[in-house]
Amino acid sequence: MDFVNAIILLLNYIFVPALAYGSQLALGAIFVTLIYGILRFANFATGDMMSFGTMFTILFTWYFQSVGISLGVLPTALLAIPFAIIFMVGYMLIIDKFVFKYYRVNKSPPVQLAMVSIGVMFVTQAVVRIIIGPSDRRFFDGEKFLIKAGEFKEMTGLNEGLAIKSTQVLTIIVTLILVSTLFWFLNKTKTGKSMRAYSDNEDLALLSGIDPKKIVMITWVIAGILATIGGALYGLDKSFKPFTYFNNMLPIFAAAIVGGIGNPFGAFLGGYVIAFSEILLTYAYRKFFMYVLPESMEPGGLVQLLSTDYKFAVSFSILVIVLLYRPSGIFKGKVL
Amino acid sequence: MRKNLNVIAAYTIMMGLIILVGIFQSWNIALSIFNLCLISAVMTMGANIQWGYAGLINFGIMGYTALGGLAAVLISVNPVQEAWSAGGSNILFSLFLIIGMVLAVRYVLKKYEKSKIRTYIISTIIILGIIIIRFVSEPGIEAIEEVDPAKTGFLGGLGLPIIFSWIVGALFAGGLAFVIGKVALGLRADYLAIATLLISEIVIAIIKHEDWLTRGVKNVIGLKRPAPYEVNLQQTDWFINLVEKFNSSKLNLISDFAERQAALNQFVIEGSSVFVKLCYSGLFLIVVIILLILTQKALYSPWGRMMRAIRDNEEAANAMGKNVVKQHLLIFVLGSAIVGIAGAMLVTQDGLFTPGSYRPMRYTFLIWVMVIVGGSGNNFGAILGGFVVWFLWIEAAPIGLYLVNLTTAGLDDTHALKVHLIESVPYFRFLMMGIGLLLIMRYRPKGILPEKIEIK
Repeated sequence: MDFVNAIILLLNYIFVPALAYGSQLALGAIFVTLIYGILRFANFATGDMMSFGTMFTILFTWYFQSVGISLGVLPTALLAIPFAIIFMVGYMLIIDKFVFKYYRVNKSPPVQLAMVSIGVMFVTQAVVRIIIGPSDRRFFDGEKFLIKAGEFKEMTGLNEGLAIKSTQVLTIIVTLILVSTLFWFLNKTKTGKSMRAYSDNEDLALLSGIDPKKIVMITWVIAGILATIGGALYGLDKSFKPFTYFNNMLPIFAAAIVGGIGNPFGAFLGGYVIAFSEILLTYAYRKFFMYVLPESMEPGGLVQLLSTDYKFAVSFSILVIVLLYRPSGIFKGKVL
Repeated sequence: MRKNLNVIAAYTIMMGLIILVGIFQSWNIALSIFNLCLISAVMTMGANIQWGYAGLINFGIMGYTALGGLAAVLISVNPVQEAWSAGGSNILFSLFLIIGMVLAVRYVLKKYEKSKIRTYIISTIIILGIIIIRFVSEPGIEAIEEVDPAKTGFLGGLGLPIIFSWIVGALFAGGLAFVIGKVALGLRADYLAIATLLISEIVIAIIKHEDWLTRGVKNVIGLKRPAPYEVNLQQTDWFINLVEKFNSSKLNLISDFAERQAALNQFVIEGSSVFVKLCYSGLFLIVVIILLILTQKALYSPWGRMMRAIRDNEEAANAMGKNVVKQHLLIFVLGSAIVGIAGAMLVTQDGLFTPGSYRPMRYTFLIWVMVIVGGSGNNFGAILGGFVVWFLWIEAAPIGLYLVNLTTAGLDDTHALKVHLIESVPYFRFLMMGIGLLLIMRYRPKGILPEKIEIK
């Protein structure tokens, strides 16, 4: 029985949260990787673009709430996301037209494009803060828990409860649907294949009659969808704050590079690698060992490898190690 | 003279703007802008050496700045005796362990050929070392943090004058840059940018959470000053006389003695803070001028030519027998050390060390905006960039407020949109920086004062 308790404990505090957090990172990482693979630059505005999309989701959620539309047990934000995506994609296409296109046509080095993306980051951050303000926003409504800890204990008669938030389940389901659609699109459709060809070898792709303008536009559309949904899911699960989103850029970059930048499947798995290692290394295992080990061997301290303050530092250290020993990432990068 | 006309013009306009702030707002504000401009100029010089001379992209400026600030604390704060006796021995022992660990890893690296077994041995050494160090240091750290946590709770520093920290800050930052450069300089440009950005975040995380060393988010306040204190100045005779002389024309207009005394007091209070700021300006100006002379000399020396050759064509320089890796490492360390000086200067001026305030927007990306806007590869340009961007960063809020009032003049004062816009005036600075950066990158990619190399 103790053993089952220990498993439930790990599920509750490590597995479920890490799976949800990993899904959110994975969406962001695929976004980074697509931009890197097709437009060929590191987009430092990632976090702020996600917060831009989330901002529109929140604004539409507020509008729907004010006119009395809701989805019952599901959060209203789900209804708002498609509308937010339209605005987000529009914003991205405008930015591409006025900012990135010039450098792409001139074939500027990637570093210059990265610098330009910093300019975009400043502007986006300012716009988000001017429109919605810098403070913490919660926009979740509907049923909060799928399984409550207390109910679970009653149901199974165990000591440990398992709480599953509906946002966590929602995040995982939406991510799976979105990512499998994306992979289907990239691997099976003609447009997707031409995108991969363009990423793999630009000159050869142009030679075989692939229209670069169309590829770039579709990339921004997909990026807009990923950024909005990823940001909105993160905001639903935790809360929306522009500064947090800016900071999330860093684990997202870590996930993309760990998975092999330019490789969407790698980025998808990289998100989970980062999330699980962050949570596994900073969790205090004391209670787990109390269940598993006999009483005489119970540990004295918290049995925590690193204090939770170093949560971000863990993912960055993993990234640095990967960069040094396998710069192309765990799964070979630069192949879309 | 003629060819330097644009430099002179740009600097004259900049100084004119600061003087205008002095006349219209107050000399206090003008001087504090000027001081921070000087500090920013030092930072941009550091970044410019790396980016402009060698083409190395370093997004870790925040980390070096914070290390410089840490140096200011460790040099100037008086040592906390109780903390040292409570846990000092444990900390020192852990320090020896770390040194031992590094030496062991080095020994293994030198002694054995590259193989899987070597990697395993090294990782075992590191993991075992970390576990042992944690066991040794934990009781020490707890004991130190329990010593009067409201006031100290850390080891303190050496109790030396804070000026020394400017050199020590440079050493700290240079040391960190050496380690980072050793491992990360082989990476491609954008990978290097990301890696340095993340490493600087790790540095900040450590400074924020290792309370025994830095007091963490509890901040260290009341650092020593290289300049006199306002309160003391207000009571010294020569200073009062000086202020009296300066303002004699205004004071002579007041006939009543008591009123005259009150006015004089007011002038003395204002004058004292201006005087203190002037002291800082003098110190900072000396640093900026020394660095400017050194960097200019370096730029036109054979070494500078070699750096440009490496930047413009790495393979060709390599083929000519220049050690690219070594030179990259050297310039990475030098540039970071300069940023470290700036970090120590910043803490010196503020008189407090707040690890929570180190954020990448302010200390990494803003500095990059300065370098790009000012003109990379040109020291005068980099300094000007520091001045222009910092000036705009501070004055963006008043300008934004003015613009909001202008555009919404037709609206009622309580109109929701106007209230909202006025509340969000502080964020207009991000907008200005972003648009400024984008415009400069598009229409003047070499910056306001572009790089100009004369062949003599």
